[in-house]
Amino acid sequence: MRRWRWLLLAALVLVTGCGPEYQVLHPAGPVGRTELRLIILSAILIGIVVIPVLVLLFYIVWRYRDKPDNHAPYKPEWSESKWLEVVWWGVPIVIIGILGFYTGQTTFALTKPPESDVKPLTIDVTSLDWKWLFEYPDQGIATVNYCEIPTGVPVQFVLTSDAPMNSFWVPQLGGQEYTMPGMAMRLWLQADRPGTYYGHGANFTGKGFAHMQFHVIATSQNKFDQWVARVKQTAPPLTKAGYQRLKQPSVMGRAAYSSFPKGLFNATIWAEGGRYMDGMLDMPGMSESTEPEGGAATGGTAAGAHPAGQSSASQHAAAGMKMAMGHGE
Amino acid sequence: MWEGFRHFADTYLMWNEGPLIWMSDVLILLTSIGIVAVLTYFKKWKWLWDEWLTTVDHKKIGIMYLICALLMFFRGGVDALLMRTQLALPNNHFLDAEHYDQIFTTHGTIMILFMAMPFIFALFNIAVPLQIGARDVAFPYLNAISFWLFFFGALLFNISFVFGGSPDAGWTSYPPLSELAFDKGPGENFYLLGLQISGIGSIATGINFMATILKMRAPGMTLMRMPLFTWSVLAACVVIIFAFPALTVALALLLLDRIVGTHFFTILHGGNPMMFINLFWIWGHPEVYIVILPAFGVFSEVVATFARKRIFGYGSMVVALMAISVISFFVWVHHFFTMGAGADVNTFFAVATMAVGIPTGVKVFNWLFTMYRGRIRMSLPMLWTVAFVPCFAIGGATGVMLAVAPADYQYHNSYFLIAHFHQVLIGGTVFGMLAGMYYWWPKMFGFLLDERLGRWAFWFFNIGFYVCFMPQYALGFMGMQRRMYTYPADLGWGTLNFISTIGAYLMGIGFLFMVAQIIYSIRYGQRDLTGDPWDGRTLEWSLPSPVPHYNFAVIPTVEDRDYWWVLKQQGRTQELRPRPEEIQPIHMPKNSGRPFLMGVAFFVAGIGFVFNWYVLAVLGLLGVVACMVARAFEYDDEYHIPVEEVQHTEAALGRL
Repeated sequence: MRRWRWLLLAALVLVTGCGPEYQVLHPAGPVGRTELRLIILSAILIGIVVIPVLVLLFYIVWRYRDKPDNHAPYKPEWSESKWLEVVWWGVPIVIIGILGFYTGQTTFALTKPPESDVKPLTIDVTSLDWKWLFEYPDQGIATVNYCEIPTGVPVQFVLTSDAPMNSFWVPQLGGQEYTMPGMAMRLWLQADRPGTYYGHGANFTGKGFAHMQFHVIATSQNKFDQWVARVKQTAPPLTKAGYQRLKQPSVMGRAAYSSFPKGLFNATIWAEGGRYMDGMLDMPGMSESTEPEGGAATGGTAAGAHPAGQSSASQHAAAGMKMAMGHGE
Repeated sequence: MWEGFRHFADTYLMWNEGPLIWMSDVLILLTSIGIVAVLTYFKKWKWLWDEWLTTVDHKKIGIMYLICALLMFFRGGVDALLMRTQLALPNNHFLDAEHYDQIFTTHGTIMILFMAMPFIFALFNIAVPLQIGARDVAFPYLNAISFWLFFFGALLFNISFVFGGSPDAGWTSYPPLSELAFDKGPGENFYLLGLQISGIGSIATGINFMATILKMRAPGMTLMRMPLFTWSVLAACVVIIFAFPALTVALALLLLDRIVGTHFFTILHGGNPMMFINLFWIWGHPEVYIVILPAFGVFSEVVATFARKRIFGYGSMVVALMAISVISFFVWVHHFFTMGAGADVNTFFAVATMAVGIPTGVKVFNWLFTMYRGRIRMSLPMLWTVAFVPCFAIGGATGVMLAVAPADYQYHNSYFLIAHFHQVLIGGTVFGMLAGMYYWWPKMFGFLLDERLGRWAFWFFNIGFYVCFMPQYALGFMGMQRRMYTYPADLGWGTLNFISTIGAYLMGIGFLFMVAQIIYSIRYGQRDLTGDPWDGRTLEWSLPSPVPHYNFAVIPTVEDRDYWWVLKQQGRTQELRPRPEEIQPIHMPKNSGRPFLMGVAFFVAGIGFVFNWYVLAVLGLLGVVACMVARAFEYDDEYHIPVEEVQHTEAALGRL
């Protein structure tokens, strides 16, 4: 994208001129930044077509208006021009070619963690009616309607739903991904600077949907570790019964839990999707073969390292297969 | 007894919901009484039955489609204003979540299926047979069935507002939210059956017009001499025929899930909700091309007529239309890039989606260069066409931006998306349909719509449009999601939402001007005595306005593209006047009340399925079968208009 750099820079200055409430234009991490660059690139490229159209329209409508004193040429039979048509079949094809190339490149790039030399953090996200449950498999804690993450660390959000399908979106960190019952999807995000980032469900789920707000709080690794320790010491545990209560349709504020039932996340996926994933269980070695790049680069923190994945090899495989269907692979 | 009534009133009439429902009931009751009273007082019942309810004349069917489309435009528009009123301020409580959810569902469904679709069908019916020199469509009886299925499908959908409860799962109606487990009321059933019934009619219309265009053209009207509107209808029909069956299947399977407990799209027991989403958009994306292609056709006609110039690059225009109709089937996944189809799949559909922009862009340039070196008259149809170009160019541009899959992760389901599709659907389809309505109005009714009021309507609607939707692009960048009934004050969304609401009201005022314009013009509008008020180019303008019901007393033989214009240039217009010795008895289809009754039977069956009243459902279906059997044994369904009657009619029009 080197050739576009100066244009992109100019445009970046322009869009950051908008206030901080334009969250998509003020990304706080590499994923959001990549997406913003692509947004700007696409806006510039289509400008090449749209601006001439607007100029031409105003010029032509004014120049060839039907007024008695208008002496502009009038050629009622003129209706063919090979080279003009070649221009406007050709130019858009070239533009789409360029845009298509960068689109493909970025689409594949976003399936990988933003930084490959830092050990990523995994957070399992479950959308419920009408709240968000975050489980930290490695830390053993859980939260509702907010989560904390360390800055500079790629975060692997593994998404599912125990309610109608929703979509997990934190505009300042990056684009969204659906949460679906019976499926595990993966979304890589990363925050580079500390802050509290607004997040919301983006796919309609009924009456309480408008209140499905959550926050992602990014702090330094130190503060993050302190926070985890504090939650572990002070918060109540999330029990199986507690999860069932959480599952009931309601709108609620934040909550934190010092622990959660082992295997809860995978069990949720399994309970709602296991039956139609039958065919996939017969494929041996699925959990390894679907992780050729991500798995190796991240030191095996993907599906294979889920604490919940211990229950059985076949569940493992199913979850692994489904996770492979995140933004990429 | 009283308890039984209370139960009925609360369950089905929703009288426990408060004054809004009571007011609607009273209004509907008064309107119905009013209509019945007027018809009775003026003794118009027989006229209504003979001239309209039983007609198989494409021109009258077109007018009925148009009336329905405008009524539904009103209903959908009121829904929109209610939503915008609710969203004008943060933490507003004008509507509660439940009502807001119902309203955005009915707004979307009505605008796409019960406003845009009948509007394009209105123009199909009014213009296509006249443009190709035919006396009617290929299957006039089927055409009437299509209309009445649409009508009763729309009625079934709309009646949910006061009987049983509106659907509330969005116009896309994704399971599992739309499954029985999460959506218990009859509203969703109304949605499924209303769309299903009118969808059957739409498929039939697609087949009908494809057959009409391929088989009913006048001698000499080769494919490459067809007016571009007719070409656009052919392209749209191809899409209808291949896309609508997917919707039929999706709706039928979801209905089975809901009423007999199958598990096609449920979460549990082997169902897969993603299948519905795929099927829905395999129809849904081509559907937006179905409603935009005829608009493109209208613009091609209007631009050539009002620039007094041949359309530029006719061949390219035809290729572009057909290319769009084919590519439209390879883009549906862009509605759910975020469903995790994988980077390869996403890239394919992203590039395919961008590719649609190529033929569309070519069309825009060809329209521009049709005006270039022309003489542009800014009459109402042209005004809407000129307004369409910048609106659609921007809308198309944001469409290409949305096609960039990774960028779409940020736009998806946000107000950026809302702004985009309103811009292409309003700026494209609605502007196109209005341009077409103004253009062919004199052909339908024999008088022109008032220019002055029309210009007021135009400016209010246009300025309102930009005020309403430009802020929504910005709201998308601010992270505002669609379908939120309210939003907090601390996110900075308040100001732009308020501006957007003002814009919506300006558009509403524009619509009122349009209504005033129509009412005023019925009385005072300039009468069209020549049949060619715009100095037109195609065959329909060679006929008197309104057109006699057999259309052409003598079928013309076409020798060129824009044949009427060519004849005018060469001073040969007399050639399209019938000579008395050429007139022969004209073979016409007989009117029939059966399409109407079949619609009623479908409606009864629909009500039966909505409430799981199976006796009623079976009775309705038996009625449908009875209509079909009766048709199968009907032999006396055509007649000939005698020569004297044709001569008499033509003489009265001063054409003999």
